[in-house]
This record gives sequence, structure tokens and C-alpha cells, in this order.
Amino acid sequence: MQVTITVNGQQRTDDVEPRLLLAHYLRETCGLKATNIGCDTTSCGACTVIVDGLSVKSCTVLAASADGATVTTLEGLAGPDGELHPMQAAFRSEHGLQCGFCTPGMVMAAIGVLSDNPDPSDREVREGLEGNLCRCTGYHNIVRAVRTAAQAGPSAGQVPA
Amino acid sequence: MSIMGTRVVRTEDPLFLTRGATYTDDLVDDRLAGALHATFVRSQVAHGRLLSVDASAAREAPGVVAVYTAEDIDLDPLPAGLPMVPPAMQRPWLARDTVRFVGDLVAVVLTEERYQGEDAAELVAVDIDPLPAVVTTADAATDKVLLFPEAGTNVMATFGEPAPANFFDGCEVVVTQPIVNQRVAAVPLETRATAAAWGEDGRVTIWCTNQGAQQAKGEIAGWLGLDPAQVRLITPDVGGGFGAKIGADPEYAFVAWLAKQAGRPVRWSESRSENLVGMLQGRAQDQVVTIGGRRDGTVEAYSLQIDQDAGAYPRVGLVLPTLTMLMTSAVYAFPKVHSYARALATNTTSIGAYRGAGRPEATAAVERALDAFAAEIGMDPAEVRRKNLIPKFDEPYTTKSGATYDTGDYTAALDRVLQAAGYDELRAEQARRRERGDDRQLGLGMSVYVEITGADTGFGAAESASLEVHPDGTATVLTGTSPHGQGHATTWAMLASEQLGIPVEKITVIHGDTDRIPRGGGTMGSRSLQQGGAAVHKAAIELVDLAKQRAAEVLEADPNDLEVDLASAGISVRGTPGTGVTFAQLAEKEPLLVNTRFEAAGPTFPFGAHLAVVEVDVESGKAELVRLVAVDDAGTIVNPLLAEGQRHGGYAQGVAQALLEEVLYDADGNPQTSTLADYPFVSATELPSFELVDMVTPTPVNPLGAKGIGEAGTIGSTPAVHNAVVDAVSHLGVRHIDMPCTPMRVWRAIQHAQQGGAN
Ligand code: FES
Ligand code: FES
Repeated sequence: MQVTITVNGQQRTDDVEPRLLLAHYLRETCGLKATNIGCDTTSCGACTVIVDGLSVKSCTVLAASADGATVTTLEGLAGPDGELHPMQAAFRSEHGLQCGFCTPGMVMAAIGVLSDNPDPSDREVREGLEGNLCRCTGYHNIVRAVRTAAQAGPSAGQVPA
Repeated sequence: MSIMGTRVVRTEDPLFLTRGATYTDDLVDDRLAGALHATFVRSQVAHGRLLSVDASAAREAPGVVAVYTAEDIDLDPLPAGLPMVPPAMQRPWLARDTVRFVGDLVAVVLTEERYQGEDAAELVAVDIDPLPAVVTTADAATDKVLLFPEAGTNVMATFGEPAPANFFDGCEVVVTQPIVNQRVAAVPLETRATAAAWGEDGRVTIWCTNQGAQQAKGEIAGWLGLDPAQVRLITPDVGGGFGAKIGADPEYAFVAWLAKQAGRPVRWSESRSENLVGMLQGRAQDQVVTIGGRRDGTVEAYSLQIDQDAGAYPRVGLVLPTLTMLMTSAVYAFPKVHSYARALATNTTSIGAYRGAGRPEATAAVERALDAFAAEIGMDPAEVRRKNLIPKFDEPYTTKSGATYDTGDYTAALDRVLQAAGYDELRAEQARRRERGDDRQLGLGMSVYVEITGADTGFGAAESASLEVHPDGTATVLTGTSPHGQGHATTWAMLASEQLGIPVEKITVIHGDTDRIPRGGGTMGSRSLQQGGAAVHKAAIELVDLAKQRAAEVLEADPNDLEVDLASAGISVRGTPGTGVTFAQLAEKEPLLVNTRFEAAGPTFPFGAHLAVVEVDVESGKAELVRLVAVDDAGTIVNPLLAEGQRHGGYAQGVAQALLEEVLYDADGNPQTSTLADYPFVSATELPSFELVDMVTPTPVNPLGAKGIGEAGTIGSTPAVHNAVVDAVSHLGVRHIDMPCTPMRVWRAIQHAQQGGAN
């Protein structure tokens, strides 16, 4: 079946199998490999992307059901000149990543946290990220990164149009 | 100003944060064009006779290129690997007569597309006649049901002898406690993945997610009977390892073999459910500790007895008790120490290294034993520890269990952590809550630990490094270590930059390609900085010497009058900076390159102390970690930002073992935790922010003064949190709770104690 999806600002139309997951669509069909798959039970959040302004786990969404949607992945965050999104910059400065596998999903989920609550406490950040697992960082620096990003202002909770 | 000891942010991050890292499953490579996908069919039964494997329907399914069962392969079985293991315990590539764990390989399907493989694998009909499953070490030890009848026993290996009967004679107090150091899963967020492609030159290139390319290459070549020169192994970015990605997995070698058979490249990437049954798991020791001494708190004798659950087939896990035994004395000057271990085969996933690999088990045992002893004599656990710690030493100290520590000051570590946490005030608060009979009781738990890092893993204590400066002023480091989140690209660049003045951003670090880096030990056992980093440091010094010789000619000066000018990244005449020649200029004439090898004088013994504060709801049994205060002395720190990151990650895994993580099987050997929905992986909500206390005792063993930091967090935190939970309910009569201290376990322990039972 045919789907038309706007991915990182580019509209594209593809023929997909009805059972194709959005995560696989992004990785295989679009060649956007930042979005990772870490589980098969919607538990880890490594596949989190932003669909129509909401952070969602792309392994639970069928590509077919994203027909007509706007999707932003990690690759779509930095400015055209390579300038990092405030959340990317904060993850870097606070050492919020180690192996980097959870990171694309974590960054997208963190943007989602700030879009709901621009100035969260540590506890609120932790609760907001509960569905995203990281095996490396102990979450300590991820929480700091999200709070640091919040200080950059409302843009930290938004994705580029 | 020196770059050493500064918080340099990672050079790898801009790419990781904008385009994502390139893990094995992300590879886009011409050599892999048209790759087939391998899907393994795994046993759903823990133990049974394999009656038949019918692949006829699968062979007809869409996209299927081939299906292999045991009958279709002519490879020798995987060697049992270690001399002490009965040869009958070899693992076949695909199960032939018997399946031995849920997850055992039964068949493999090659398809054009990944989804087709999943469909076709379902069509392979596997007929198994179940046998009784051996799930616990106690069961295994009876030898009633044998996994390998020809071996005549389930014992893979024994180490040492049981303690003599009179070992505790003369002690006023003797406490014995069985302790379960439960089986946990490594769960790197990136599951296992590999790809293999054969070239026309008869060589195979294998990509896989692994902690050390050279070791994996050697194993794969050996298993497949290939000349090592035929194999190139590349480890791209790796999404976490934690010990479970040390060495080759049979699946990786198998995929290379399949690519040869098919005449096409083959890829494999496992699902999480497959990972949770197929990847090596960790810990899994059933221990009995006995501790004896005087009522004044002096310990006189300590013994540790270990039954290691090794899983269905022999892997490195079966020798981990030897590390536990080596570290039995821990930080204590006990006059008598004894240990003994057996490794037993069970119908479960095989055991391998997991963060700390054998050493956390030693610390967990002795720290629990000390608390049990303290409770028995009614003394504060901090006091009992102080009485028995090895006093500060600067000269090598050999323990009763045979380890020779480099330097240590354990009392200082304990004092610092208690001071930073406000121990006395915490005890007062605990007393107030007990007095009031609060629902939420406070528990304080501590551990003092020493671990061995950079131990010779059988590949030597050496590491390779090469360093080249290019005419454009950039430099390349080749290292035999293999990062999977540790940030070697940044730290190794700092070590080179420190000597050469070339900025960190201009130094590229390359790792994990056996054609470019034929020798290397990989990243494991917290060895990387103290061996690989020291090798880079040595390479940079050698490069400076080489550059001085060349510069002496160019500048017509005596090499002894020359020095490095960090500001210009070159060599100048002493006292006249900026007048010399840069490394880049020297590289224009002929390559400016050194290859070197650093061999450490021995392992190092980082140490520290952790204090955990928990709140336990005595009504529900739920324990919550509210504070973790930690001293981890890893000697000289090159990049504190990254060292702290390693500590944080270690704490999280250690805390999770104490409170929630556990791989579970039912009585028939069916895994109960084979998805991330079932396996209790720690999330951000269950952890506090950690409180780090600094302490630096450099080691004399390497020129950096650095010790390992990768596993420390895990080693110290587990017993601290475990002890804290028991402490929170000790006034109710509880003496011990096995890990993980889940609400149900804690609640039961309280009920049991209140009914007057001992535990
Ligand atoms: S891959 Fe989507 S939640 Fe784990
Ligand atoms: S950085 Fe490795 S899983 Fe989060």
C-alpha cells in the first residue's frame, strides 16, 4: 500500500507492506538509521520519534497508520548549518550518553518531556523518561541534560518545523 | 595548562547526536549488498531428546534460500575450551540429539528479507521428547539428571577443596549464611548482530558487535578451521557490552560459515527476546559464607563456598569463581581465609562475564558476612569494618587469598564516605523512626571494596598503539582497545594531545579492525586506560623522540637542546618557543609514525567505599534507594567527566541487582524473563542522583597512575544497597534477605521474623 509521510521536513511517498513498522520504515525505507530498535515489546524507547508533535515509540506504530503524518527523527533536529538543537547540545555538555544506543530515542523523548512541561523538576524528568531505558548512564547525566536544555528556553521542547 | 584531568566533552558526540552512531545493524556497505538474513530456530524446551526437525514447509516459504539443520552441517563441535572441562561437554553448532536450554540452536533459515525469516522459522517443525530439567545448582550437584551423560557428571570444574572441619575452632562467634548472588542479564541496549561477506580473495570480513575484535577473530578462525589471515573482523560502534560481548558468539562464526555456503553475504540481528535467552548471562553463584571471630569485633576466620551455575554449555562463566576466590580476602586482614568452588551445568543459558565478572560476587559475599557478624555481636557495621580493614599500605600487600594489591587506604575511603553522608545523623534519624514505629523505616548499608582491574585475561597485560601525525596537522591513533560507550576516542586523543599539543579535535582514534590493528586485547576487565591508554601515552612520547631526531637535522641543533612546543605542536630549541618545526612539517618529508606496545607491570586494585540509604515501607516491603554516596579511588583521572559517567552507570547496574534484576526460570527450565516487559530493567524513576566523593591514590603500576573504573560502581553499590535493605528491617528481627530485595521478599522476611523464625 502507498503512504505519504513528511520525514524531517521532506514529504515522500512509498509503497509499504501493511505490517511494516514505522521504525523499520524509517530505518530501511528512508535509510535513517539513528532510530534504534532495542526491544520487541515497546519497553525500551530506543525507537522514539516525534509524530505530529508527540513523542511516540515507532516500533508500536505501523508505517501505514502514519500516512499523512509529520515525523521528526534525530537526524532532523540540528539546524542546516549543523547547529545542535538545545537538547542535543545539552546531552553533549552534560555527558548524557555513553554507547549512544538509547540516545536518539532519549533525546526525542526528552524533547517531548519539555514540550509538556518546560521547567520540570528532577523527579518530573525522571517520570517523563520512565519509558526510555538506558543501560549506560545511570540516568544521572540524562536528567541533568534535560534540565540544562530547559534553561535554553521554549525551543528545547520543540522540533524544527 | 595541562589537558589531563579536565572535563573534555566527547569528540564522538556530535555525530552520535545528529546522525546516530553506526552499529552493526546500521551498516550500509557495498560488500553487504544483497545480503541474506539469518534467522535461528531455537529450542522452546529446556531439556529433551530431539526426535526430529522437519524443515520441508519452511524450505517452500516465500523468500527462503536455504534451511540448515544439524544434518546439513559438517563442522566439528565447538570445543569445550578449557582443559578442566570434560570433553563430552562440547556444544554442537546445531542441536543433534539433545536440546539443553530454551534458546539452544536447532536450525537456521536464510531468507531474502528479514520479515520472511521470521515467518519461515515458524514453519520449522521441531519434535522434542522432554527430559527432566536441571534448573538449580543444588539439583545439578546430585547428578540425578545428567546434561551430558557421557561425562558422567554435571560438574564442569572444581577449584580448591572444601574447608577443613576445624577451620573455625577457637572462635567465640561463628555465623554461617547462605547467599544467592542471582543470575542477571547483561541487556546491552544493542542486541547481538553480525554480518559476513567473503571476498574473491578467499578472505571473509565479519562485522559484529563486540568488545574486542582480535580475540573474536581468533576464536572464529579456530572454530571454523580457517587460517586467521583469512579473517578480517570489524567492530563498528557498539551499543553496550558489559562483559557479555567479550569473545565470539557461536552465532557470529555460524553466520560467516553460512555466507560461504550461500555464496552471498549474510546478516543477523537478534530480537530482544532472543537476546534474553541467547546471550551470555552473569553472576549466578550460590554461596555459603562462614565468618568467625571474637565478640570485640575481630574476625579470625572467613570461608566462602561457591556453586557457580555455569549454564548449559561451558563458557567463560565457569571460571569466574577463580576471580571470586582470588578476591575472597577483599579489604580485610582476616588471619584465616578459605574458598572453594564448583561450576555446574544446568539447563539454562550459559554464564559469562558481566560487569565486574567474579569480583562483585566476592565483595557481595564478604560485605554481607560482615554485617551478619556485626548483627550477631551487636556492633555497628562501620565499627566492625574499621577493626578488620587492612591498614593503609604503599608497598605491595599480598592477601591470604593470594592477590597482591598495589596501594590502598581502605579506612580513609570508609571514613570519607561516612563523613560525606553524615552517618551519625543518619543513624540518629534511623533510631527516631524505629522509636516512633514509622511505616517507612530507614536503612543504612555500606560496603568497602577492592577489585582487580587490568588482569591478564589470557591475552597478556600488553596493549598496542600506533600514532601518526599527518602533514595537515591532524593525527591518527590506532588502539587495540575497543570502546562501547567509554569514550576512548576522546580520552586517547587527550593522551596524545598532552604530549604533542595537537588539539583533541584533530586527533582521530581508530579501533576494532583486525586488518589495521592486528594485535589488541579489547575493552574488558577495566583494562583500557591503564593498558591501552598507557600505550597511547607511550606512543606519543616515542613520537616526540622520533620528531626530535628529525628536527635536530632540520634545525641543525643537538637533540638534547630540543623540546616540545605545545603551543605550535612541534619541536623547538629549548627556551625559544615558536622558532622550531611543527610535527606536521616534519611529516611532510617522510611519515611521522610510531608503533608501540605497552606492557603493564601488573594489574591494579582500585578500591572505594559506598554508603546506601534506603527507605523500606514495612507494610508493603517496598525498598526505595534514596541516597548513594560513593568513593571510588581509580588513581589518576584523565577525564573526570567520563570517569564519573562510568561510575554512574555502574551504580545503576549494581543497585538494580540489589533491588530488582533477576533472570527467572520455572521448574521446567522455561525462562520467565525473556522480554523487557518481564525482565525488571531499572528505569530513571527508581534511582536517585548519585553523590560522588573524590579520592585519588595513583598506582605505580603504569606511568599514568591510572586504575580501572569501569566496574567499580557495580562492585561497591550492590552490597551497600543490599545491606541497607536488611538494616532497615533488622530491628524487626530480620538477618538476611536474598537479592533482589523485591517487595515480596522483604515483606516475607518481615513476616517470617515476626513469627519468630530465623532466616
Ligand atoms: S524498540 Fe521501540 S520501545 Fe523498544
Ligand atoms: S547510552 Fe548506552 S544505552 Fe544509553
